[in-house]
Formats: sequence, structure tokens, C-alpha cells
Amino acid sequence: MSNSTVTLKIDGVEITVPEGTMILKAATDNGIRIPTLCALEGLSNSGGCRLCLVEIAGSPKLFAACITPVSSGMVVTTNSERLKEYRKMTVQLLLSERTHVCSVCVANDHCELQSLANELGVDHVMFERKWTDYKIDSTHDFLVIDRNRCILCTRCIRVCDEIEGAHTLDLKMRGKDTQVIMDLDNNWGVSCSCTSCRKCAKVCPVGAIYVEEEPLARTKHKEIAEFLLARRRR
Amino acid sequence: MLREDKRRELLDNFMRKHEYDESALLEILHKTQEIYGYLDNESLMYVAQSLNLPPSHVYGVATFYSFFKLKAAGEHVVTGCLGTACYVKGVEEIMQAVEREFNVKRGESTADGKLSLFVTRCIGACAMAPSVVIDGEVMGKATPELVINKLKLLLGGNKTETR
Repeated sequence: MSNSTVTLKIDGVEITVPEGTMILKAATDNGIRIPTLCALEGLSNSGGCRLCLVEIAGSPKLFAACITPVSSGMVVTTNSERLKEYRKMTVQLLLSERTHVCSVCVANDHCELQSLANELGVDHVMFERKWTDYKIDSTHDFLVIDRNRCILCTRCIRVCDEIEGAHTLDLKMRGKDTQVIMDLDNNWGVSCSCTSCRKCAKVCPVGAIYVEEEPLARTKHKEIAEFLLARRRR
Repeated sequence: MLREDKRRELLDNFMRKHEYDESALLEILHKTQEIYGYLDNESLMYVAQSLNLPPSHVYGVATFYSFFKLKAAGEHVVTGCLGTACYVKGVEEIMQAVEREFNVKRGESTADGKLSLFVTRCIGACAMAPSVVIDGEVMGKATPELVINKLKLLLGGNKTETR
């Protein structure tokens, strides 16, 4: 890895970071918060949730900050009116895509989607909701997956593959039919590769994967990936 | 129909040719489907273990592409192209006509296993929209009548209820 650094401007602040750093990390490390639901320190970047979209001067396009590397002299805007509108719309699309009912959700008050919706001032969903009715899989001894609450951020898949090394989880199908699966779309209880490590439940931003009869506040621990990686690097 | 051990041998040879390289997964799934007719859980698991890939990854790839079939197809297969051009040109009417005529739902086969009806996205024959693929042969500028007549011909004296 080269030691060269890059200087850029994010929201008017001059920032110097190592070459190859992603905009999201450069911003976060310097105290500028960009909302995201899929990016997680310690995991690879997927660029899936589209909430970290930023503007870069000189381009009409929007860029996902988590997968766009910095370059010298870049001028980044993270919080314009246009971006706020897009983010509100993205959250509404996420809410309309499955069956999100906070009042009957285990993650109520501990949900990243819910708090982001609140923060952005999403007070209604302007899209027709799909109201999915997927079966809940509670065949595992203590882990439960309710795909009606899943936002397909793939954090669980990445933590299972990259940190635990089991790669029990993955996505099947595509488009509106995409779903998180275990092994060959089996019930979780009969999974041949799951190590029951709970990391998927720890990093899930919503209430899609949780531990039975455990308060979510205790389960959630999304820093686990970064923590374990740091131990391994020693 | 080939015997089971013979089919397994064909698949083994093909994977060996690709040196069990995980990046050859698509080719190997193609071959598996060619040999077995469709991809069942057993063969998906066998491929996953041979290539040392997570089963969930293999399953994800197999379900991502509409070319791969996870259920046994009927004797005859009709696939409607639901790409934009074909959709605009009325492939939906053809699909519904076939569903009514042969009492089959899309993605499934008739009770007697004679006919399967599948849906796919663009097959690249937009100029001939609406396109329907019948037993591997593309029928361009298709109409419900053309498709149903062709299918009746294929199914031979097979009696089906008509409305």
C-alpha cells in the first residue's frame, strides 16, 4: 500500500486522508456524518442502500460515498436539499418494499431504518406498499429471521462470510423477489454450515434477524466486525 | 435417459476439465442442467462441494439467472419473453391464453408433466416481438392462436379441455 495522501474538501472542510480511502470513511473519520444502512466498519462495501449518495462538484451524477474513492481536489457535498429529498425517497422505497410496522417490531426504538426515517422527517410513504407475507423462519434454536422486515443491506451475509467464515447466508433470486437464504434455501434449523455465532443478529440494522426472547438492545452490537478484525490484525 | 452414475461421471469430467475452478461456476451449472434437465438441491450441493463454494452462493447464482430451472420441466417447454418490447406487443395475452388453454400456471408444469410454461426476460429478439420460445425454437411475431396451435400439434392427440 502506498503512503501517499489525498486532500479533498467535504462540506467545505479540508480533509487529508490516505489514497484509496472511500469518501464515506474520510467523512466519518473527520466527524462528518453521512447516513447509511449497509456500510459497516470492518466489512467490505456493497453500495446497496443508496443512502450515502453525495454530490461531487463537476458531475451531474450522484455517487455512493461508501464505494467512491477520494481523489485529489475533489469537492464533495453531503447534505444539499436535493440529497435530502433523494434520501427521504430512498427510505420510503425501503419502507414500501416489505412489511415494516414499527409498533409490532422487535427492533422498535433500536432500528436504524426507523431512526433514519425520523431523522430525515419521513412522515408518510408515498409509494404503494407491497405488504409482503413471507413465512417467519424460527426453526433455529434461538435465531429468528423475519424476511418481511429485511432491507437487503447484506450486512448479515458479509459478516457471515468475511468475519465468521461460514457463508451460510446469501441472496436468492433478484429484483423484488430477492431474499436472504440459508444454504440451499433451507430452514435455518437444518443448516449444515451455520455456527450459531449470532453475528448476523448483531449487525442487522432492522428487526429482520433477532435472538428469540432476548431484548434487541442486548443483541445489537454492530461494532463486532471491526472489533474482531482489529484483534486479528494484532 | 442416461443412468445416474453415467451422468455423475459426465459432470465430474466437465468439472475436472475446468480444474474445479470456482470461477467456472456458471459453465458448470449450465452443464449440470444440460445433463440432468434441471438443477435439484442434490446436484447443487454436489457442485458446491466439488468447487468448495458455499451452498448459499451456488443457490444464489442458480436462482439469479432465469435460464436455470430448479424444477423438472415438462416434456415440452414454452417460454414467454417478458422483455419490454414483447410486453408492449402483447405477450401477456399469449401467456394468459396458454394458461387458460392448457390449465397451467407460469413457472409450473401441467399435471400430466407434458407441458411447462416459463417466463423469461428479454431474449434479444425484440425486432420480432412478441417472442415465445417453444422447445428451444424462437417464434417471432407470435399470437395466441399461433402458439396454441403449435403446442396442440406438439402435444399430439393429447386431449385438453377447451373453453
